[in-house]
Amino acid sequence: MKKEKNKTQVSENLTGRRGMERRDFFKLVGGGIVIFFLPRCTSESVPVAEPGKRSLPKDYNAFVKINEDGTVSCYTGKIEMGQGIIMSLVQVFADELNVPMEKIKMVMGDTELCPWDGGTWGSTTIRSFGPNMRRAVAEARGVLIELASNKLKVPASQLTVVDGVISDPSNPGKSVTYAELAKGKKIDKYLDVKPAVEDYTKFTFIGKSFKRNDSKLKVTGEAKYTGDMKLPGMLFARIVRPKSLSGKLVSVDYSEAEKIPGTKVFRDGDLVGVLNENYVLASRALEKVKAEYSYDEIKVNDKSIFESMVKADSTADVETTAGDLEPGFKQCDKVIETEIHDPFLAHAPIETHSALARFEKEKLTVWASTQTPYPLQDALASHFSMTLDKVRVIVPFVGGGFGGKSKFQQAMEAAKLAKIAAKPVMVIYTRDEEFLYDNFHSAGVIKVKAGIDKSGMIKAWDYHVYFCGTRGSEIIYDVPNHKITSHDHKANTPQVHILDTGPWRAPNNNTNTLGRELQIDRLAAAAKMDPLEFRLKNLKDQRMIDTLKAAADLFGYVPAKKHPSGRGIGIAIGTDVGTMVAEIAEIEVDKKTGQVKVLRIACAQDMGLSVNPHGSTMQMEGCITMALGYTFAEEIRFEGGEVIDRNYDTYQLPRFSWVPKIDTLILDRKDQPPHGGGEPAIIAVGAVIGNAIFDATGARLFQMPYTPERVLEALKKV
Amino acid sequence: MEETISFQLNGKQTELKIDPTQTLLWVLRNNLGLTGTKFGCGIGFCGSCTVLVDNEPLRSCSIPVGEVKGKNVVTIEGLARDGELSPVQKAFVEHDALQCGYCTPGMIMNATGMLLKNPSVTRDEIIAGMEDNLCRCGAHIHIIDAIEAAAKEMKGGK
Repeated sequence: MKKEKNKTQVSENLTGRRGMERRDFFKLVGGGIVIFFLPRCTSESVPVAEPGKRSLPKDYNAFVKINEDGTVSCYTGKIEMGQGIIMSLVQVFADELNVPMEKIKMVMGDTELCPWDGGTWGSTTIRSFGPNMRRAVAEARGVLIELASNKLKVPASQLTVVDGVISDPSNPGKSVTYAELAKGKKIDKYLDVKPAVEDYTKFTFIGKSFKRNDSKLKVTGEAKYTGDMKLPGMLFARIVRPKSLSGKLVSVDYSEAEKIPGTKVFRDGDLVGVLNENYVLASRALEKVKAEYSYDEIKVNDKSIFESMVKADSTADVETTAGDLEPGFKQCDKVIETEIHDPFLAHAPIETHSALARFEKEKLTVWASTQTPYPLQDALASHFSMTLDKVRVIVPFVGGGFGGKSKFQQAMEAAKLAKIAAKPVMVIYTRDEEFLYDNFHSAGVIKVKAGIDKSGMIKAWDYHVYFCGTRGSEIIYDVPNHKITSHDHKANTPQVHILDTGPWRAPNNNTNTLGRELQIDRLAAAAKMDPLEFRLKNLKDQRMIDTLKAAADLFGYVPAKKHPSGRGIGIAIGTDVGTMVAEIAEIEVDKKTGQVKVLRIACAQDMGLSVNPHGSTMQMEGCITMALGYTFAEEIRFEGGEVIDRNYDTYQLPRFSWVPKIDTLILDRKDQPPHGGGEPAIIAVGAVIGNAIFDATGARLFQMPYTPERVLEALKKV
Repeated sequence: MEETISFQLNGKQTELKIDPTQTLLWVLRNNLGLTGTKFGCGIGFCGSCTVLVDNEPLRSCSIPVGEVKGKNVVTIEGLARDGELSPVQKAFVEHDALQCGYCTPGMIMNATGMLLKNPSVTRDEIIAGMEDNLCRCGAHIHIIDAIEAAAKEMKGGK
């Protein structure tokens, strides 16, 4: 890092709170031209830091910096966990600044260098950053042109920019580079930019497909993940664990463990860490620890949880309502009631939670695999009663998150042990710990009662979601009388979810889309209508209609003459993070074994402007592939509060042979603001396969996942 | 307990004094500073720790280091020659056969071992050969495409 003399006076922009002063800030990032900006989403508000809590001059969520060597750095608290924003953000910058993409450097997830960010989730990076970032970068370009105009004594309107060189086309001698302009400057500018749809015809890089820019690091083993870090004197910690979450430490004897050479055991309340500079020896020492825990008596298990949810004394929040259900149902010729059970799911990223913590000269630095570096910084500062400027969180490459790495217990543990041991401490969760402490996709129940009139129009829709959230529960279809009710934990009642739950790729939406789309399919069958025709008849949203038609074209869908048709073709649609998605799948069912083979899935998506269609396509394929897990195999079993599935031997992830032919299509919506891309395609897969199983066999499954046993069971009822 | 163990590691003779029952994965990562080989599940079920031992792709989390005595071990760091990526590495870059990249070293080592044995693999054989390597991001299709392309190049080059 540059250490240069800084003559700049402390400006009035210093925070005056607990954060960093402008002077220190420039010391850290070096000289140049800095533009701060506050990204806002077009459709929803982006969380901003709470007053009095944040660092860096003012609460701007990101900034770009024109460096003295002509390169451009983007500092963002977002992290890269495979979703590819490390590339798409580069495209955005390169486009507006007229510089080659290789001149853009991304600095991500470092709380000391990057301004505050709420966390990397909810597919917000592109949809909220995209339009804002472009404005900010355009402003940076404006500043550069103004500086060039002064320097070259040429009116700004006469200047053009090509590859980071500003020149006057009518006077070839007059030119200056970004590097020359930035040299020796310390300019900062603050923008509260309003998102706007830009003229897409002017894009050079945005909207075009580019491959990843981090592949070379990742295919050579050079890419550093948290567990790959090493510091002098670093110790690995293995932690003494209860067998389930409710465990409270009663007694612990670690005298035998300390006999293993180089081992030290430290305790901070219930946290007992076995430390050794060698991971294997730390693990062997852990096995020698004798610990006793007391446990709560927990009766509910993975089978009884659904009944306990429906019976629980829960809230009944009406999310949306229209018309009147009672007269609505009176207009109905046929009424169908459906109840769906969705289990807990693990995130199961291949990289387990890991963290390295170091206390040095009153300063704590933590490297962590986390989606939420700033909330982690807050938690650390609060736990150790330190000010934020003394706590730095750095997020190296993250080996998959999917929402699971919004929880950062491992980093708190590493820091607590580093403090007591007075040495850098690395915690790398075992797979067993990963399953014990996961914030699982929450189990849930959907109960929906809906009816159609004689013409096949849905007239009433009474939808209840239990304990798994409302994202994606909106009806989408045009139903005059409907009510969406969410049942959740009521204050001072026993916790229904005995496992920790949290966001799991498109949180809640997988369950809600499943509930809605299975019910829609049943209504279509009751109306004796083709499921595509039935959906189109009941839809009013033009974006959704266009998306569904695009999927039908992509698939080559031909309406069936009878229902179920025996062809094994299913349809499902949904909406998530502003994006519309429609999927059509073709499957085969082996009626003897209950095995389902997915032959192909066509997926169409209206996601507004896609910054990098190739990256978006990979996200769609990734979503569909990941979804095969929750559709066919993934399900956390538990008994007495104890998670039974603790590794990949019994918790099955999708494998190569499961993956069907996947055709994708992104609707051409370059003139629209970008919507989310990392999650939508996952939401409809459970329903599209369920509906295809019905189309193949006439069997309906109401419990996820569709294991061979459940398929055989359902076949018996046909 | 400690003994001197020597083996070929990425083309170089390597010798270290170590307890031979320690797992190869952690010896590579801890003692030899080769962190490209990843820990995923610890019981050989995910494949992210795959290395080549005498050209055979094996799960380094489940092999005691004593077992590679006198053998030839290749890790992800040993595939590129003079900065030139191996055909499989090159194909993974060309086909964007990764997302988070954490399972990637294991995927590449497993594929390399498979192609060393049989560069004429069919797509179905690739799928069968890669079946026990897990990827959570869902880059499977690109991985298969990359291995198919690498196989073609390896065949053509010989």
